Amino acid sequence: MTEVLLERRYRPIPEDILLRAFEVLDPAKRGFLSKEELIKYMTEEGEPFSQEEMEEMLSAAIDPESNTIHYKDYIAMMVIDEN
Amino acid sequence: MGSGSSTQHHFAFQNAEKAFKAAALIQRWYRRYMARLEMRRHCTWSIFQSIEYAGQQDQVKLHNFFSYLVDHFTPSSHNERDFLNRMFTEERSPQDSEMEKSSDYESIEVPDSYTGPRLSFPLLPDHATALVEAFRLKQRLHARYVLNLLHEARRHLVQLPNISRLSTCYSEEITVCGDLHGQLDDLIFIFYKNGLPSPERAYVFNGDFVDRGKDSIEILMILFAFMLVYPKEFHLNRGNHEDHMVNLRYGFTKEVMQKYKIHGKKILKILQDVFCLLPLATLVDEKVLILHGGVSDTTDLELLAKLDRHKIVSTLRCKTRKENKKPAEEKGKNNQMSSAGRPSPWFLPQSRSLPSSPLHPSAHKAARAGRSSSVPCSVAPDPKELSRQVRRSVDLELERCRQQAGFPAIEEKEEPVPSASEAEEQLEPTQEEWRQVVDILWSDPMAQEGCKANTVRGGGCYFGPNVTERLLQKYSLQFLIRSHECKPEGYEFCHNRKVLTIFSASNYYEVGSNRGAYVKLGPALTPHIVQFQANKATHKLTMRQRISRVEVSALRALREKLFAHSSDLLIEFKKHDKDKTGLVTLSDWAAAVESVLHLGLPWRMLRPQLVNSQTDNMLEYKSWLENLAKEKLSHENIQSSLLETLYRNRSNLETIFRIIDSDHSGFISLDEFRQTWKLFSSHMNIDITDDCICDLARSIDFNKDGHIDINEFLEAFRLVEQSCSEGDASDCPRTTNTNSSACSSPGAH
Repeated sequence: MTEVLLERRYRPIPEDILLRAFEVLDPAKRGFLSKEELIKYMTEEGEPFSQEEMEEMLSAAIDPESNTIHYKDYIAMMVIDEN
Repeated sequence: MGSGSSTQHHFAFQNAEKAFKAAALIQRWYRRYMARLEMRRHCTWSIFQSIEYAGQQDQVKLHNFFSYLVDHFTPSSHNERDFLNRMFTEERSPQDSEMEKSSDYESIEVPDSYTGPRLSFPLLPDHATALVEAFRLKQRLHARYVLNLLHEARRHLVQLPNISRLSTCYSEEITVCGDLHGQLDDLIFIFYKNGLPSPERAYVFNGDFVDRGKDSIEILMILFAFMLVYPKEFHLNRGNHEDHMVNLRYGFTKEVMQKYKIHGKKILKILQDVFCLLPLATLVDEKVLILHGGVSDTTDLELLAKLDRHKIVSTLRCKTRKENKKPAEEKGKNNQMSSAGRPSPWFLPQSRSLPSSPLHPSAHKAARAGRSSSVPCSVAPDPKELSRQVRRSVDLELERCRQQAGFPAIEEKEEPVPSASEAEEQLEPTQEEWRQVVDILWSDPMAQEGCKANTVRGGGCYFGPNVTERLLQKYSLQFLIRSHECKPEGYEFCHNRKVLTIFSASNYYEVGSNRGAYVKLGPALTPHIVQFQANKATHKLTMRQRISRVEVSALRALREKLFAHSSDLLIEFKKHDKDKTGLVTLSDWAAAVESVLHLGLPWRMLRPQLVNSQTDNMLEYKSWLENLAKEKLSHENIQSSLLETLYRNRSNLETIFRIIDSDHSGFISLDEFRQTWKLFSSHMNIDITDDCICDLARSIDFNKDGHIDINEFLEAFRLVEQSCSEGDASDCPRTTNTNSSACSSPGAH
């Protein structure tokens, strides 16, 4: 039952659409977003993240050396998990 | 300006809108992902818990079986009598009794080469601290000091009341810790993070110090040492695992015998006593009640304060404390039905009470009309007529078991007069006393109002918010602190924050499964929770990785359970496949699995992880079962059907071994195993032929020397799991088709 509810609320989003969404936020097409940029978008746009959500997303997504999020890799990693 | 700027604005707006939408899309995807992750975590949690509790039910059944044997089984042949004697009578030479009377540790010499910690009494705070440090460095305490410490602990515990009292006026800060279950790392972590015990820093440890983890004895040593050093500030409550019968199954007995090969038995013996001398509860400022399990609608603190807790040796069985009987007395009187002269089993204290057999529904007292009968809670029937009926039904049951087990029938004996003389009665706890203790050690809170029997655990009850409220009001308390249940965050409030569960064994099910926690109380009695996780590895993992790891572990355990019920599952699947297509729908699969395993898990959600061969929503069940078996088989000499039986009854088998191996030698004879298994199977309604039992026994005897080495046998299970999970599927031989239907085991376990 919970599964059904979940599907309705959050329909699964295809990978390519997700990628395009990230690319919208990265008009220069660098292939990554800086930590500050991601934080700004996720906490100020759309349905903003709570601080907890932001921290949790960063902990998995961020590359600590460059402090950037390579969104293509990130998506790929999460998608594997789902399946 | 003009059309140019409006176009610019238009573009700007469009861009902003795009960014907004893109962000919203990403957030939505992420939240869905997290929700699913949370679901998986919850699912995994359910798996572990349900398997754990099912195991506890098994435990109760097993001990009921042995108690039943002790109470009702009259050996009818020379062989049977010998067997029972061997199994149930502890070999006690005159020297043993003498040794017990004197301090039996003084004769133990500590060699000069011993580099571990040395204790001298009376203990000083430095000694206790040094002990913690020594154990942190993985040293081992010599048996002599272990025994010495236990003797001193016993002397101290004997004078304590059933309900300890603490005051925040005296110690400003009181720290309450929950279950530790042999996880020494967690205890050391708590001491280093929160500070060592001192007159200003009081501690209460709320039971379940032992079992499951690998350092139970070290934890006990540390706890008892601090208890002796700071008797006013350091308090221990008894948990349901402070019980030698539970220890047989859950690893503490094994740990002690492995670490102390020569003196382990002595240590276990004195621990039996020490455990039942542990206080039952602690009261802080007369306002906060701390006990291990919970309460029931009949919990009576006055009664609990007054009873003789020493009498309640084990909460699994209402029995007396064993008396030092002379060997001559024990050997005689084997033919009589009367229990008075029966040989006393070394693991079950002397049996003298009326049959409190779990076979019949208990006679309810009016006050407990709401409760369904559950196993250890049965009330002894009073009227003689009822007792006679009971005896008759018991006789019939006995006869049936005997027939099934293949033993020759015996003639009906004269009905004995239940002889419970007054002198004997004083040695027993009353049923009511025993039940009160079981309730506070085994109960769990529930969300619904009311109070009902705790069928999951097989003891105590589930108590609702109204029960809590009534109890708090009755005794003018503010809230209850209890443990007994593992919680993902290490703690959990319920019943309108009137009940706090505190659990201090982090990573209990698996690395990353849960945090541990402890709670601090100051003079205001406001609970302040501190969480921790004692495994450094988990900090580097993201939540996603932690959950995956635990999940893998849970699924493996679940697959094993499924395999262990292959025969039953096959029967169930066939019911859903009347046309004999070899296929069932996936929802039928879920229904079938639940009706066999009774774990109450969300099978549909778990399906993708357990079933990967499906076409069009249909499952070929036979090949699915075969695939499950493939993971388990590694020994060619054990047929898959036998292996299934072994797996299903693994814990019971281990416990049976340890009970039979009364001298803790590590070996039992094939014959002993066969006999016990036979009786056990018939009692549990497991249909098993004589041949099957012989085969089973012979296959377990790996080196074919007529003896079963317990540890080798258990090791075999572990190795099978390891070798198959390491991806060496090629090493696992193909299954043979099960054709021995004689070995199938119908019914619930």
